[in-house]
This record gives sequence, C-alpha cells and structure tokens, in this order.
Amino acid sequence: MLSIKNLHAKIEDKEILRGIDLKVKPGEVHAIMGPNGSGKSTLASVLAGNEMFEVSEGEVQFNGKDILEMAPEDRAREGLFLSFQYPVEIPGVSMVNFLRTSINELRKYREEKPLSASEFLKLMREKKNLVDIDSDLTNRSVNEGFSGGEKKKNEIFQMAMLEPKLSILDETDSGLDIDALRVVANGVNKLKRPDNATVLITHYQRLLEYIVPDYVHVLYHGRIVKTGGKELAHELEANGYDWIKKEFGDK
Amino acid sequence: MATEQDKILEEVTKGEYKYGFYTDIEMDMLPKGLSEEVIKEISKRKGEPEFMLEYRLEAYRNWLKMETPDWAHLNIPEIDFQDIIYYAAPKSKPKLDSMDDVDPELKATFDKLGIPLEEQKQLAGVAVDAVMDSVSVKTTFRETLAEKGIIFCSISDAIKEYPDLVKKHLGSVVPPNDNYFAALNSAVFSDGSFVYIPKGVRSPVELSTYFRINAMNTGQFERTLIVAEDDSYVSYLEGCTAPQRDENQLHAAIVEIVAMERAEVKYSTVQNWYPGDKDGKGGIYNFVTKRGLCKGDYSKISWTQVETGSAITWKYPSCVLMGDHSSGEFYSVALTNNHQQADTGTKMIHLGKNTKSLVVSKGISAGKSQNSYRGLVKVSKRAENARNFSQCDSLLMGDKCGAHTFPYLEINNNSAKVEHEATTSKIGEDQIFYCNQRGIDTESAVGLIVNGYVKEVINQLPMEFAVEAQKLLEISLEGSVG
Repeated sequence: MLSIKNLHAKIEDKEILRGIDLKVKPGEVHAIMGPNGSGKSTLASVLAGNEMFEVSEGEVQFNGKDILEMAPEDRAREGLFLSFQYPVEIPGVSMVNFLRTSINELRKYREEKPLSASEFLKLMREKKNLVDIDSDLTNRSVNEGFSGGEKKKNEIFQMAMLEPKLSILDETDSGLDIDALRVVANGVNKLKRPDNATVLITHYQRLLEYIVPDYVHVLYHGRIVKTGGKELAHELEANGYDWIKKEFGDK
Repeated sequence: MATEQDKILEEVTKGEYKYGFYTDIEMDMLPKGLSEEVIKEISKRKGEPEFMLEYRLEAYRNWLKMETPDWAHLNIPEIDFQDIIYYAAPKSKPKLDSMDDVDPELKATFDKLGIPLEEQKQLAGVAVDAVMDSVSVKTTFRETLAEKGIIFCSISDAIKEYPDLVKKHLGSVVPPNDNYFAALNSAVFSDGSFVYIPKGVRSPVELSTYFRINAMNTGQFERTLIVAEDDSYVSYLEGCTAPQRDENQLHAAIVEIVAMERAEVKYSTVQNWYPGDKDGKGGIYNFVTKRGLCKGDYSKISWTQVETGSAITWKYPSCVLMGDHSSGEFYSVALTNNHQQADTGTKMIHLGKNTKSLVVSKGISAGKSQNSYRGLVKVSKRAENARNFSQCDSLLMGDKCGAHTFPYLEINNNSAKVEHEATTSKIGEDQIFYCNQRGIDTESAVGLIVNGYVKEVINQLPMEFAVEAQKLLEISLEGSVG
C-alpha cells in the first residue's frame, strides 16, 4: 500500500529526513517512535504533501502511484489521511459544512455522486456513535475553541467519516488525559479493517497499550534505525532513548 | 515559506471581473458637461415640477462652492466633471405596460446577469424595479403592492405622481449641501427608486432594485428614497454589476430612509461594480451617501452591505437615532482585490434616549488593495443610556495589501456604554494545508474560510441574496476557474 524508498527531505537547508525506507501493507498497524527532533512529524508532513518541506531524494508509492508529484488534496483523495498533531482552527466554518465539502470532494474524485444533506447527516450520526464523540463538537466551527483533547477526538471523527486507506496519526496521544486517550484508541481500533492501514507516530509507549502495533520502528536523526515487534516499544519505555542515541548517535 | 503562501494567494486572487460585457442599445443623451443649462434640460426632459428644478439648481450652486473631500484613506484621481454625460436614457417606446414592451436586448442583458425580470420572480416573492442607466424600464408587482397602499416606483414617476410625499421627504435626511457628492447627486440625479409604506403595513415581499451602469462615459447618479410610516416594515434589496470598461466611471448615489414610530427598514446591498483590471486600470468610482433617519420612537434601521466591486469605494451608510428607543444596525463585508481601494464604514448618531446601535464590519484585503473601516459613534448630550457595540475585523490575504481601522467616538453623555472590538488576521498557510489534507483544493479552501469569516454578515441577508453574495465573494477571489 505504502512504499517509501530512501526518502530525504529538508526544510530551508536543514536536512531532516536522511533516507527513510518503510513498507506498509493493508491491515497493518505501524508505530514510529523516536526522541524529539528525530523527524517523526516531518515524515508525516512530507507524506501528506506539506510544501514547507522539500523532498531532495527518494520515492514514495501509495497504491502504486508516485505521490510525491501529487498536490496534497489529491493525496487525500487517494485515501491518505493525516491526523494533525496541532489541528488548525477555522473560525466561522462549521464542522458540518467542512466535512461535507471534504467528503464530496473525495467522492467526486472517485466519480461518485455527492451525498445529499440527509445522507450526510445520517452518516455523521453513525460515525459519531462509532467514535463516541460529543454531538456538540460537530455543531461548532472547525476546532474553534476546542480543548486539546476535543481537537484530537475530532481528528479521529474525521478519519471515521472519510474512511481513508492509510491513516497517519501524528502524536495523536500527546496532551490527552487517560479518558480521551481511550476514546481515541477505541476509535482507531474500531476503524481498523483488513483493507486499511495505520501509521502511529508517537513519542510514548502509552498509546500502544491500547492500540497494538504489528511493527515498531525507531526513528533517529532522520533514519529508521531499528525495527521490531510490539516488544520494542516496551524496551523503549523501560530504557528510554538513551541507548539508541548512544548506539546510533552521529559522530 | 512566506513566498509559497504568497504564490498560492496570488494565484487565487488574480481573478478578473466576470461580468464585463456591453449592451448595444441606442441611447438618448445630453452632451458632456455640467452647467445650469444642463440641469434645466435634465429636469425638462424628465417633465419635473418646478420645485424639483429649484431643488436641483440650489444643490448645484452649493456644489460649486464645495471641494472634493480628501480625508478618506484613498488615492482619488482628479475627476473632470465637464467630461461626464449627466443624462442618458435608453431609446425605447415611451410607455411600457408589459414585458412585451421591454427592449429585447435589454432583457437579454438582464438575463445574462441572472436577473429574472420575468414573472417567475413573483413565485420567488420578489418585486423588481430594474434601473438601467437613467430611466426605469420595467416595474413588476406595482399593482399587488398598490393593493396594500405600498408605493414602489421610480423616483421620476414619484416626483410626478406623488409630488407632496417627495417634496416632504426628499433631502430631509441627506440635505442637498450635505457633502460634495451628495450635492452633485442632488443637482443631477437621473433616476432611482421610491418606496412608501403606509401606516401599519408590512411589505409582503422583499423589494429589490438592480442597478447597472451601461453607457460609455455616463455618470450614474441614483437617488433612492424610502419612507416607512408608523408600525410598518419593509426589506429592500439593492444589487448591481457593471460591464467592463477602461475609462473610469463616476457613481455618486444617495439613499435616504425615513422610519417613523415603531417602523422597521432593512436595506441590503450587494455591490459589484467593475473594479478595474489586474493592473488597476479602469473601474468605477463609487461615492455614495446612504443615511437612515430613525425619526419615530422604537424605530429601527438596518444596513447590510456586501461590497466587492468598484475601483474606489467611499461609502458610510449611517443611522441617525432620533426617536427614543430607536436602533440602528450596520453589517458590512468589504472585499478589495488587485488595486481596489475602499474606505467604508458607518456613522451611528445617538440623539434619542435609550438608543442602541450595532456595527459588525468584516474587511477582506487581497492583492495590492487598501481596505479601511471608518466609523463614527456619536452620543449627544440628551441621549441617555445610549448603547453601541462595534466589531471590526480585518482579514488579510498576502502581504501586499493593507487593512486600516479608523474608529471615532464622540461621547457627550456619561450614561453611554460604547464598546469597540477589532481583530486582524491572515488566512494561514496552515489553514489551507489542513483543508488540502481533507481533499479540498486551495481555491475552495479560501472560499470556505472567507465565507466562514463573513457568515455573521451574510446571515443578515435575505436567503436568495445570501447565496448570490457567497458566490460573488468566491468569484471575486478566484483565479482561473470559470
């Protein structure tokens, strides 16, 4: 589904990603862990097409298509979803209007008819129950005045609505209390299907108690330095990142 | 980073005017220039009573002594008033009793603009008085309205048919010597609309007028007068688009509203005169004086405007709150792009006791435009317990445009409570990227964000107008999409 080969990316003249290789197959959950500044969020941004970053080398195939040449909206329409670390507020734009525009853009791309207002509201009710989100949130403007936890729940709700093939969750667990964390994790687990995949980007192991990954990758200095099963996450939790830094630190 | 954003915004904001076409209709016009003789000729051709001619001449003599105002944050090129045609009427059959009498070309123009003059309008619940250049061409529903005693006709007809009403109210809110452009309008106004709502009558339909500048080099001097008697209600819509033209055209209109006891008048405008091209060439100069007088106790006047057009906009729809407990509202969206300049806002003059006013102004600046809000809140000595709340927001797109806020307060009574809030924001690259990541392209994202930003104002517009206004905002900002 996703195949990243030797991906290099920089911001201004600073190289952040220095040769990432990663393969994600349908049905899999991957966790990408690493200390602050290792390039985790940059990887998420680059995959989503944020033009702040310049890709200097490498290739990324998604569903067999080269997505590095695609506009961010086309990547989204192909089924790539990014749950933002810091979801943006858009005052005055209602969640309903925003999501309906979004869904219908995705449908248009797949040459499907747009959802009518009633179909849309029905779908929204269904998904609201699925991810256990307060009705109140969807009646407000996009993320406006939401608490940190509400913003993250709202990202998962959008993910439920848009049914992406590949979801990248960028630090979705940061700043969440245990209840919100559980809601988010439950949402992700319920949305898991054999034909979609999830990439969790996280600093802590905590989220992985609720969402069990098939693979754990450690990102350090812009490279994946270690890959393992879920036990790798436990190791990181117990020993911290220092041993990684020691072993793979730049000379 | 910044350059990337600029590039995106530049692309979305370089759209050109979509309504630039020109109708070829034979015109009956006076030669260029302004003098007492020209004014006498206008009055004569319009078959006006003596009092109108005197009114015009007095205004003209006042105007000669006045000077172009220069206090606005605008760069106004010198206007040669002798190079303007002050009267132009489409040559058509003298009397128009039904749709069949309307010039087919004129009808086609209105169709192109999406103005349904046809009877379908009746179903939509809108009566239309279409003004093309100077002479009113067609009035629908006059009879339906007449049953309720409502008068809705061209100001020219009103001057002839209801001279007493006109004489009583014309200039009572905006006197002929009020300001430079008001004096000019009072001297040479060609046509416009007259609305009279009798005591206790609520207008069953929204009244609307579409204006359109169409003759080369023709100054357009509209005059509108709305009188709402005790306990009456009317909602009036004005909307306009003008054809693309290279030479600058002057537009100096006056709208006067009088609201008696417990009367309520809502006046909504969507303004889309030709703004000039991308390089700032051409475009309409729009100098408008709009003022409402809340004469009776508990009366209410509400202005809503969506301004997207004109090269220069100079416009301050105001409320004079004379009656006790009267209230005034001003909701405004002013969008400027490319080289447009707008200096717009309102004046809320509190004279009566317990008067209230509300101002919600949303400016959007893109391209190299300059957008200013200028507002005055004045509370007179005897206006006990006056209340005002003003909210002025500016949205910037790119870094070559400017947004300015000039609030003025003159408070002469200690019991007054006046609040002013102002914000300035930019459409963020992060907001656009967020939308992109949800499959929404940049142009639609800008439209979505802008429409969200102006929602408070758009919600004040009647339904069909709100949709039109939203489209207009998107069109005014979009780049290549046809």
